[in-house]
Amino acid sequence: MLAEIHRAADQGVYEIRGFGAKRSLPTFDDLVFLGASVSRYPLEGYREKCETNVTLGTRFAKKPIELKIPITIAGMSFGALGANAKESLGRAASEMGTSTTTGDGGMTEEERQSSKTLVYQVLPSRYGMNPDDLRRGDAIEVVIGQGAKPGGGGMLLGQKITERVAGMRALPQGIDQRSASRHPDWTGPDDLAIKILELREITDWEKPIYVKIGATRTSYDVALAVKAGADVVVLDGMQGGTGATQDVFLEHVGIPTLPAVRLAVEALKELDMHREVQLIVSGGIRTGADVAKALALGADAVAIGTAALVALGCNKAVHIEDYHALGTEPGYCHHCHTGLCPVGITTQEPELEARLAPEHGARLLKNYLTMMALEAQTLARACGKSHLLNLEPEDLVALTTDAAAMARVPLAGTDWIPGRGTT
Amino acid sequence: MCGIVGLFIKNPDLKNSLGRHLSEMLIGMSQRGPDSTGFAIYRGNRLDDSIKLTLFNGMSPSDWDDLAAELEIAVGVSVSLEIRSSHAMVTARCTVDDILEWFARHHPEIRVVGYGHCIEIYKEMGLPADVVGRFDLADMSGSHAIGHTRMATESAVTTEHSHPFIAASDICLVHNGSLSNHNRLRRRLQKYGMSFQTDNDSEVAARYLAYRMAEGASLREALEAALKDLDGFYTFAASTIDGFAVVRDGIACKPAVMAESDDWVAMASEYRSLAYLPGADKAKVWEPEPAVVYSWGREQTE
Amino acid sequence: MTVIDLSKTSIRDLNQRLHDLNGADRTNEWRITNPNGEHAIAAGLNAPINVQIDGPVGYYCGGMNKEAMITINGHCGWGVGENIMSGFIRVKGNASESVGASGVGGLIVIEGDASSRCGISMKGVDIVVTGSVGHMSAFLAQKGHLVVCGDVGPDLGASIYETIIYVQGEVGRLGADCIEKEMTPEHRENLTRLLRQAEVDAEPTRFRRYGSARKLYHFNVDHADAY
Repeated sequence: MLAEIHRAADQGVYEIRGFGAKRSLPTFDDLVFLGASVSRYPLEGYREKCETNVTLGTRFAKKPIELKIPITIAGMSFGALGANAKESLGRAASEMGTSTTTGDGGMTEEERQSSKTLVYQVLPSRYGMNPDDLRRGDAIEVVIGQGAKPGGGGMLLGQKITERVAGMRALPQGIDQRSASRHPDWTGPDDLAIKILELREITDWEKPIYVKIGATRTSYDVALAVKAGADVVVLDGMQGGTGATQDVFLEHVGIPTLPAVRLAVEALKELDMHREVQLIVSGGIRTGADVAKALALGADAVAIGTAALVALGCNKAVHIEDYHALGTEPGYCHHCHTGLCPVGITTQEPELEARLAPEHGARLLKNYLTMMALEAQTLARACGKSHLLNLEPEDLVALTTDAAAMARVPLAGTDWIPGRGTT
Repeated sequence: MCGIVGLFIKNPDLKNSLGRHLSEMLIGMSQRGPDSTGFAIYRGNRLDDSIKLTLFNGMSPSDWDDLAAELEIAVGVSVSLEIRSSHAMVTARCTVDDILEWFARHHPEIRVVGYGHCIEIYKEMGLPADVVGRFDLADMSGSHAIGHTRMATESAVTTEHSHPFIAASDICLVHNGSLSNHNRLRRRLQKYGMSFQTDNDSEVAARYLAYRMAEGASLREALEAALKDLDGFYTFAASTIDGFAVVRDGIACKPAVMAESDDWVAMASEYRSLAYLPGADKAKVWEPEPAVVYSWGREQTE
Repeated sequence: MTVIDLSKTSIRDLNQRLHDLNGADRTNEWRITNPNGEHAIAAGLNAPINVQIDGPVGYYCGGMNKEAMITINGHCGWGVGENIMSGFIRVKGNASESVGASGVGGLIVIEGDASSRCGISMKGVDIVVTGSVGHMSAFLAQKGHLVVCGDVGPDLGASIYETIIYVQGEVGRLGADCIEKEMTPEHRENLTRLLRQAEVDAEPTRFRRYGSARKLYHFNVDHADAY
């Protein structure tokens, strides 16, 4: 805190960094599954199938999206990430039968070619937006906000605005990008409904429309997204990461993913739309256990962002001298905004990018996704489920009162759900 | 989250078709607000020594008759009753305070939706076409009206949460947008003695206007004060016994279109609700500027 | 000439036909009647066809237009030609907010007044308005040109990047980092060409030029009050 005040006094600028919230927050770790015993019977591994597929966008789209695993890759911009990183994500997702998502810079050829199922984001900035890419996407994600900075716009600092990035975004090279926090041609769910109509008209109603929100007033936001016509709601909790934003945003705005999931599912249930409008949850999803718990609470799928980058090598103990040059250590680096990523992920520098070969990156991510899916299946089988989506809240109990209250599951060994019964 | 409309008749020959035109305007806003529909209409002449109350309760007609009889005995004067679907319009020669107090004490289960010397308010859950049909809006005539179609956020889509909100006798408000400081404002107004039926931000705006006007402000002055005291994004249409006014906040991200011909002045969230008005293609059409109050009233058209 | 009456045909059917241009629809001339303020009319066109719309349209008419030439004989709602890629849109009435929002190329001409946020986030489109524009026009405007023959509302060009603005009428308070700049012969020529393309009759020497002061290109605490 002292150091931060000194820094602010010296520089007169807020601290900007990448990654997600670093403060300790309630996570899925405080929930545990009630595995099989006498009253419930488990499934055998391997031979007795536990299915993992999910369909997204059944509400209005002519061509819903079929995924083999309920773990998708969240939106991350080309600009924040380098081309090799985007390609790695695409290749791995294709092999695993899941989707990737473009980000605040638009669609790159590398990602479209390498990713079989690509979700195309429509953001307040509209960098790189064009109808050809809209039609080439497999789904459209209207981004209202993200968990790292609900209410804030995209940020990319000058050192990462290379000729290619600048060209895609129609910006001068090397300047600090200033971005809008609101969309330029609509504000509010009533006008969002009309915007969604336009996007459907342009793409002849083929593609599922996702609406992505950062978790804040989740009950209202999810209800309004449904009323505005969303096929899928993407909900990003406070732990969600970013390539660059103000530290105050990361640490002090938004609610954790744990209560957000429950609020979103309740809002969908009250509208009789649970499973009709699918829910993808992101923000701090790290393991198959997190996946299984999010699904048990009612999500249809999860998205990973930071975790996918970590699988690619983020914060790995290699090129240690480069971490030191940034003033950090492996395990503590959040310097995505500098563009000097020691492992070649969040950089535009060719020498650094060369450290991440797309084929190798794809292999790493594929391993990680396979492991997450297997872990989730293990837990689900232990609870007697032949499909991940058959997990339910009653399969869970909480180890702390905070988690019990946030997830609305009983404290282990009791019937008690704190906070229920109040409005 | 909503669509709002307003229509003020300048040419007396058109008063008979006020309800019909307002119906069409509300139906034009169905997409913006499919959950509930409401309108406030200034019907007939101003009754200087009588009060009109619009009441909501799903009672049967005979129960309404019984209520009217009970009220007659209580106030000692004859009471007239007009039933429209789930609402009833009661006219009685007494003061607003007396009659409101009587209802609060004897029939708290009946919701008083509107009150004044001329105003009638009807609001229900349902699509605009259904709701205006239920209330026979197309048959109503009057001098001016405002209306609202709602995209509800609260899980319980109820009549109470629908607009318009009655602010004070003959004064009401419809709102498109989202206020950001209404909770603190509500507590302040509660300290001044105002009561609230809901936690809705629009109700706070309505009561705020009532508060300012009770302190002596005109509708225009009250809306100008609102620009300073209310934070957030809003287009308001507010009406009084004499006319209506429109204002947008300083950033003006919520839509509003206005049109004026020799025969009428109208506003709507989208042009398509104005397109069907007689003479719309020749009317002057413009968008209200941010933080400017536009108002029309009987005193101006005399 | 294909004529489509929107009181009898749905927007969905209209737009599908305009996208497919199959069989008998393989014509270049289209006339749309009774638009009555509907939304997304002729959105997502991508062929060099000529579309006349007789009446007022709602939001996003000609959204993401590529190559088509659209004329709206009436007023238009929000976001006309939003994200236009190429082609041409002419509005023979007033335009509502966010004309040409994030537009990338092509030309939009408004023969009446445009409302607030005209040219917001524009990325290469050229917009010519014969009347006035409202507040926050050319907000975060990155590339392209905005020409205004009438007056300009407050906060023109707030946070502007490299868009060039030419104004004939009155300019009030300018937006953050937007300043008046010198009109060189090159700029006058540029403006002459834009006015000619737009078929707007105005005298280029009467216009002034506005653009970015470029002080916000890198964050500096001394300019913090611009944020």
